[in-house]
Amino acid sequence: MDFPILAVLAATFTIATPLVWAGLGAVINERAGILNLGIEGIMYAGAFVGFLTAASTGSLALGLTAAIVAGLAAGALMGLLTVTLGVNQHVAGIGTTLLLIAASEFTNRLLFSSGSQTITVKFDRILSGFFAQYPMTYVAFLLLAPALWWLLRSSGFGLRLRAVGENPEAADAAGIPVARTRYAALMLGSALMAVGGAFLTLSLLGSFTLDIVGGRGWICIALVIFGRWRVWPVVAGALLFGFTDALQLQLAITPFFSAVPNELMIAFPYLVVIAALAIWGRGVRYPGAYLTPYRRA
Amino acid sequence: MPAIALEATSADVASAPLAELVGIRKTFGALVANDSIDLAVQSGEVHALLGENGAGKSTLTRILYGLSQADSGEIRIQGRSTPMSSPADAMAAGIGMVTQEFSLVGTMTVTENLMLAGVGLGRIDRMAARARVLDAAARIGVAIDPDAVVETLSVGERQRVEIVKALFHDCRLLILDEPTAVLVPQDVELLFASIRRLTADGMGVIFISHKLHEVVEIADRVSILRRGRIVASVPARGLQPRQIAAMMVGADAASPGDDTQAAALATAIGLDAHVPAPPAAVSTGRGAALEIRDLTLAGASRPLLDRISLSVHTGEIVGVAGVSGNGQTELVRVLCGTTPATSGTVHVGGADITTAEVPARIAAGLGRLTEDRRGSVVLNLSVEQNLVLEDLDRFRNGPFISRRRISAHVRELMERFDIRASASDPIRSLSGGNMQKVLLARALSRNPTALVVSQPTRGLDVGACDYVYSQLRGLRDNGAGVLLVSEDLDELLELCDRIVVVYSGRIIGELSAAEASREELGLLMTGHTA
Repeated sequence: MDFPILAVLAATFTIATPLVWAGLGAVINERAGILNLGIEGIMYAGAFVGFLTAASTGSLALGLTAAIVAGLAAGALMGLLTVTLGVNQHVAGIGTTLLLIAASEFTNRLLFSSGSQTITVKFDRILSGFFAQYPMTYVAFLLLAPALWWLLRSSGFGLRLRAVGENPEAADAAGIPVARTRYAALMLGSALMAVGGAFLTLSLLGSFTLDIVGGRGWICIALVIFGRWRVWPVVAGALLFGFTDALQLQLAITPFFSAVPNELMIAFPYLVVIAALAIWGRGVRYPGAYLTPYRRA
Repeated sequence: MPAIALEATSADVASAPLAELVGIRKTFGALVANDSIDLAVQSGEVHALLGENGAGKSTLTRILYGLSQADSGEIRIQGRSTPMSSPADAMAAGIGMVTQEFSLVGTMTVTENLMLAGVGLGRIDRMAARARVLDAAARIGVAIDPDAVVETLSVGERQRVEIVKALFHDCRLLILDEPTAVLVPQDVELLFASIRRLTADGMGVIFISHKLHEVVEIADRVSILRRGRIVASVPARGLQPRQIAAMMVGADAASPGDDTQAAALATAIGLDAHVPAPPAAVSTGRGAALEIRDLTLAGASRPLLDRISLSVHTGEIVGVAGVSGNGQTELVRVLCGTTPATSGTVHVGGADITTAEVPARIAAGLGRLTEDRRGSVVLNLSVEQNLVLEDLDRFRNGPFISRRRISAHVRELMERFDIRASASDPIRSLSGGNMQKVLLARALSRNPTALVVSQPTRGLDVGACDYVYSQLRGLRDNGAGVLLVSEDLDELLELCDRIVVVYSGRIIGELSAAEASREELGLLMTGHTA
């Protein structure tokens, strides 16, 4: 049997791209002590706002910028809820997700009567063969991941961010502005999540459809635990998911597997994530101040 | 450069004190925590600050360090009025503080922790910071591994990191809040040596402690706070611990020993540690109240408890000494039934309770007073409800509980154990001392054969400590066996008939209280067997 292994590997990187953007955004949030369950909604908002702006202006750059601005705004909202008001992070995050998905859907229905919209402009793949990937894929793996790895490890901002996520009392005593640092982390992380969402509309599909994010945000939450809040393991986790998804897509059209129900094939990558978490996600050590709002004694 | 800053300091010494608090007043509602306090710390001086819990020491140091603001009064640094609105202000003025609760990020290295204060947003220079860590460590004469992850360090080492952290920012006045409370004697010696090096360098130190013999050893000047006021500020030279104790409780310092309150206080804080405790009333026909045989608890990589064998006889208090984290917590958990033992046996008064559920342990005569005070009560329930929580069966009429009988029982307990609260108060509103009295009442009201006690006086003031000690002695004298787990050596020497030392989950030594010395215990606690 002639199996197109290179095509599967190329698809792996494409599928992993939004997970890398959003997953690393979640790493930035959680290392600062905040579980951002708004991720699914923020990706959705990024996908929709990016699409809407690109569709109405004809500019992909403006579309991407608009998605980033939407992400920053969503991060500020999460900051208001979890940092300033000290709301339970699960509630704030799920509320944000529900709000952003509903707002995107609502606006979409108001503007366009039908569910699915296509734009005329769309990022094209660059290079060819195995290397034929979208620009945002190259940015994710070659620029974003190394930059965030460096940021967390060797920059003052990264040191501050880890300190407020591990022990905000100690950070405060050291003169680090805890609330401001957490806001910054939330806004940066949420902007990355929104870019991950915008990848779906502006690069992958060139259209906006209902349920476009399809649980990728939740997958990222799992990936971050799987990768133990570190940049490269999270990237590896995204690739693992991307690979299993690419594999099932390929197998679904391979005659040998035609007897396997399609639903089972689609569920396969998610089962792998659950299995991976069950094996490697146990006994992990969460950031010290995870889920905990900081108030001066 | 620290050296230049220090020279400037010594030049200014003649003109003004290093730091001066003038007319500091701070109130919390109706409570006056600090009342027109004047305090001056000179360069090169160790200034001890003493007082019972609630006397206002913490409030005062928090104000000086910018963690809280005075209602009125002034802080002067080298004669210049300097408002302290945040720790950053205090650090900029050359003030450093090391509290009992270290403010270190456990998952970071020593160097990273020291870089935190004042770190910018851009690239960090790890190598330069690392060199400065080694420099600062050399200044206090200790070795510190700059690349060690903080959570792998011992308590003493973490404290040194805290001190180095203060020095990192050209600190000229160091506030040490009960620095010895968590240290083994050898670490105390190291700390004192470091303090002496720093003061010889011209630094000023504010030293807060409850241990009067330490104060006498290290301090140049002693100021005593009582109910928010400075009641005495005297040179430490020639001062006797007993005199200090008298001043703390407000007795006449000129006639120490006459005052029973002062004597009681001195006892409570361990001044009479070298006087052996009065022999137990029971001396004949001693059976084992608590018998532990080969008790083992497996851990991930090594056993948390390793074949612990120990008997506590009736009419005896046996102490368990050790640096925290050497198996004490696990031992108490296994004895109390919250963690099942891997192997070995536990008997109380002859009954095997190794695998018994908690109620069966209580029925067999085991009393418990664990270190987690707030975890031993239901915080939102009332004092009354908490007092009867473990023996509701005693108050049952068929399927119902008798409120009348509970009230009578609770009233009697509250009187007998001097619990100063209303029975209907939620227990979370009680002070640590009162909460401990509730727990003591609950445990002792059943006349246990054996009592397991862990850190019974942690965070309590001298009055409450004294009370706990008298209750434990009373229990012993009535023929019960007490196993006392404590990190406070003074406490162990004060109360125990025998002391065993645990290290790495094993008992590595046993001493009778009469022959035990602090040095010997300290050596055992750090794993050195003679």
